[in-house]
Amino acid sequence: MSVNDEAPEAQECHPPYAWPEYGSTTWRAPQRPLAVLPRNLTEVSGPRLGADRVGKGDDDLTRQHAGEPLGQRIVVHGRVLDGAGRPVPDTLVEVWQANAAGRYRHAGDERDSAPLDPNFSGAGRTLTDADGRYRFVTIKPGAYPWANHANAWRPAHIHFSVFGRAFSERLVTQMYFPDDPLFTYDPIFGSVPEAARPRLVARFDLDATEPAWALGFRWDIVLGGRRPTPLERPAP
Amino acid sequence: MTARPTPAQTAGPFLSLGLDWALGPCVVDPAVAGAIRIGGTVFDGRGDPVADGLLETWQADGDGRFAEPEERRAGGFRGFGRCLTDADGRWGIVTVKPSPLPASGGGVEAPHLDVALFARGLLDHLVTRIYFADEEAANESDPVLRSLPDGRARATLVAEAADGGYRFDIHLQGPDETLFFRL
Repeated sequence: MSVNDEAPEAQECHPPYAWPEYGSTTWRAPQRPLAVLPRNLTEVSGPRLGADRVGKGDDDLTRQHAGEPLGQRIVVHGRVLDGAGRPVPDTLVEVWQANAAGRYRHAGDERDSAPLDPNFSGAGRTLTDADGRYRFVTIKPGAYPWANHANAWRPAHIHFSVFGRAFSERLVTQMYFPDDPLFTYDPIFGSVPEAARPRLVARFDLDATEPAWALGFRWDIVLGGRRPTPLERPAP
Repeated sequence: MTARPTPAQTAGPFLSLGLDWALGPCVVDPAVAGAIRIGGTVFDGRGDPVADGLLETWQADGDGRFAEPEERRAGGFRGFGRCLTDADGRWGIVTVKPSPLPASGGGVEAPHLDVALFARGLLDHLVTRIYFADEEAANESDPVLRSLPDGRARATLVAEAADGGYRFDIHLQGPDETLFFRL
């Protein structure tokens, strides 16, 4: 696919800021039009965050404590690519997630309905290799309830942060699991144009499965495609 | 495999779990000559502080250079800052003032930092720029500032001198709404 071919896709890619179904956007989504920022030196360069930010074992969230966390052990792997499909090597990938019961190890997650796991912190880091590949070992996060609307549940997801080569490529997003019945009801997943939603969903990868030990999922991340049109929907 | 971009999703309320790290606010060692503090408060549309956000900054150094991959020696210029907002919505970094930079279309960009803001309720991160109030002449000829529709919008991008450093508040909505960019 050429760069020109992908332009229309990019227009359909990112969610709008104002999205009334997601209540937290109400007082946080900008209401004035965005201005165009040309890509000058500051935008085409970016931090090359490297080995000193990644500790040994940071890519294995199941081995950060004395014991093993509860839950379904999984391997999540894939490649980080630029908009032209070229691998992005040596770039920092950060993840954070809820535990198998759907609880975050965070002071702001005060729900008593799901327990913390003393053997799971839920955060990891790695660098992509020369071919843009990353790989984490973790446990499958649980779905969890939230206060957005009556009986609201977030589909199981892992938060991903990727730097790429340039400030303009910075991406923070969420990876979901195949065939989650909660997709239909989730305003955050649903904020993405329908055609682009499958790009947020990992696929089951038998080849990445470790026999008698962990299931495998593959998820590739493509950077670029920042919003070419300002504020597609009016603010509430 | 296609090259269709992966959509953004909100960093959510628990972003500190994955994105907080040691010395994030130190773009330079605070003991370095010329180190300045830039900070402020992030407000939502009700005027309440945004207490669960994260700012990232990226900039050139005083000689117009960007940090090299391995350039992380003591006091070394990192170019990159990362700071959680606190319970009062406040953030702050320690850095040096960047130099002016040549613009691709000709002209010279005034000293500036690029800012990315992440928070619950932001489905994609917001992008803005910090300029400096005491760079009046450079700001006058900055091609990005000149391209903005009005003086109100321009003023939201200019950090004021305060307490030996600079103050830069971010207003997500309202009469003082900060100008945000698309890249």
